Amino acid sequence: MTKLENNIKPLENLPKCQTGIRGLDEITDGGLPKGRPTLVCGSAGCGKTLLAMEFLVRGAAQYNEPGVFVSFEESSEELVQNVASLGFDLNDLAAQKKMYLDHIRVERSEIEETGEYDLEGLFIRLNHAIDSIGAKRVVLDTIESLYSGLANEGILRAELRRLFRWLKEKGVTAIITGEKGEKMLTRHGLEEYVSDCVILLDNRVEGQITTRRLRIVKYRGSAHGTNEYPFLIDEYGISVLPITSIGLKHDVSNERISSGIPRLDTMLGGEGYYRGSSILISGTAGTGKTSIAATFADATCSRGEKCLYFAFEESASQIMRNMRSIGVDLEPWMKQGLLDIYAVRPTIYGLEMHLVKMYKLVNEFKPKVVIMDPVTNLISIGSETEVKSMLSRLIDFLKASQITALFTNLSHAGGALEQTEFGISSLMDTWLLLRDIEIGGERNRGLYILKSRGMAHSNQIREFLLTGRGIDLIDVYSGPAGVLTGSARYAQEAQDRASELIRKEEIEHRKRELDRRSKALEAQITALRSDLKDAQEEVDKLLQQDKTEEKVLTEDRAEMMRRRKADV
Amino acid sequence: MNIATAQEAKKSEKPDTWELRLYVAGTTPKSLAAFSNLKKLCEEHLAGKYKIEVVDLLKNPQLARGDQILAIPTLVRKLPQPLKKIIGDLSNTERVLVGLDLRPAKG
Repeated sequence: MTKLENNIKPLENLPKCQTGIRGLDEITDGGLPKGRPTLVCGSAGCGKTLLAMEFLVRGAAQYNEPGVFVSFEESSEELVQNVASLGFDLNDLAAQKKMYLDHIRVERSEIEETGEYDLEGLFIRLNHAIDSIGAKRVVLDTIESLYSGLANEGILRAELRRLFRWLKEKGVTAIITGEKGEKMLTRHGLEEYVSDCVILLDNRVEGQITTRRLRIVKYRGSAHGTNEYPFLIDEYGISVLPITSIGLKHDVSNERISSGIPRLDTMLGGEGYYRGSSILISGTAGTGKTSIAATFADATCSRGEKCLYFAFEESASQIMRNMRSIGVDLEPWMKQGLLDIYAVRPTIYGLEMHLVKMYKLVNEFKPKVVIMDPVTNLISIGSETEVKSMLSRLIDFLKASQITALFTNLSHAGGALEQTEFGISSLMDTWLLLRDIEIGGERNRGLYILKSRGMAHSNQIREFLLTGRGIDLIDVYSGPAGVLTGSARYAQEAQDRASELIRKEEIEHRKRELDRRSKALEAQITALRSDLKDAQEEVDKLLQQDKTEEKVLTEDRAEMMRRRKADV
Repeated sequence: MNIATAQEAKKSEKPDTWELRLYVAGTTPKSLAAFSNLKKLCEEHLAGKYKIEVVDLLKNPQLARGDQILAIPTLVRKLPQPLKKIIGDLSNTERVLVGLDLRPAKG
């Protein structure tokens, strides 16, 4: 890796001219080659003129580089009108002398060719235009129109070669557009002359859905992205989004965030999901996937973090109404700008476009959490591999930005539950499975954690309840009668409670009995103790008596002896 | 159709003066050749009713825009209408005459 970077370094010395077009500067590693012409080719309607125009407008507005736009097709008025919808005010830029529009019209019917000529007139016009505003950027759109206006191709070829050389000498960064040819990149082989940088634009239709793509065919002397990159044309102009699998280099976070369901957090090692991880919730229809997603969104916003919700099935207002019924009110978050629900049918555009759009929205909104509900709907617009590739790129992108992503996955009843539609489970860090448990003529929801990388998680099935106060997880009944949920669980639990009561009463009763008996025994002990005490006193008394008697006896004997005057 | 327009052009050419403008860029051999070819041709076909203006774009580059000049040399027939352009050194007299509507195109 370091070796590669070392190799690239000297190439970065090639001076670059920033286009200012979002994303294009990244994939060209800094912009177009400065002071050289770049060829932008593609079929009709693929956005060549717009790309060229944005290059000039951004140059004039952001980099203080005035530009000349020479149009061979549209008149200046048409151009002004066409790009006004993108917020580019060409008249204003022209008034500030930052932009010079010139329309060169070549009508073959008006022109008769006799003998030798050259295109010095074009050079003079261009030179005049460049010098009059001190232009640094030039666009020639589409110079190949000259081929239809002038009959002598030999002269034209020689003159175009001279033109590109002249542009280089002039030191302007130029974009030359060319219509895509059948076998060549351009109809008249312009790529022969413009060899520094060639960008190919493409607008393909697959399954009635079009996707615009951009590819850098070559870029002499510079590292560049070689893939086809999808791009968007929206109200702000072009955005090219370099979305590739950036590899598994992202940093991971040890921070944990709550799922919004306390009991689920407990199941997930007590703390909830990892920040920046990807979470998959799969289940059959009506198992509460959206509710878990919305609860997570609610929890995210409660922490004051932003959440971006992509809804592929329901409109924003429908989600909000439905979630209110389980006590999750998302509306205040919407109003505070913490939550954005982006509801769109998957079929509105192609997969790549979805990715581009998501990428763009994520970059603009900068959420901490992204929810896609349900990700399965994307399968309707792409093949399995395409969807998987798109999702892995999306997940990589989100992970790299430390954004937690929650996806819901609708599994079809009858199919294996532990199987996602397109094998995306391997991309996920945490996988919750919601399933129906049918017992005793009713359906109940069960939830369990199929996997959760990097944390000790519960292996228990929990019964999943949707209440007016949100989601509640409770233990399923597992006892001698098996695993029970719903009313069966209630019944079993009631029965358990009753027998528990009886048992408790019995114990209480026996406890009282024992109490009584021990009290009786204690009373007996007290009585015996006092008896013992009495007996001891008796003995003491007897001893005392005995002592006294003996003393008296001794005294008496002494008296007697004294009286007898015994000779002791 | 062609014949009709040609006849109309012929009708209109009589009262009008011919206003011709030759765009050049400095005094290159091609420019000089074009001017002398034009002069000769006008003397032959339009004696007394033509006016030639030579515009040097090196001196007045801004004028190239007005008449949509790309090639040098370019001869522009301002009058009579419609506007006609002939590019090249005007060495092919036949084609110049056709281009100026002084002779109907052959075939």
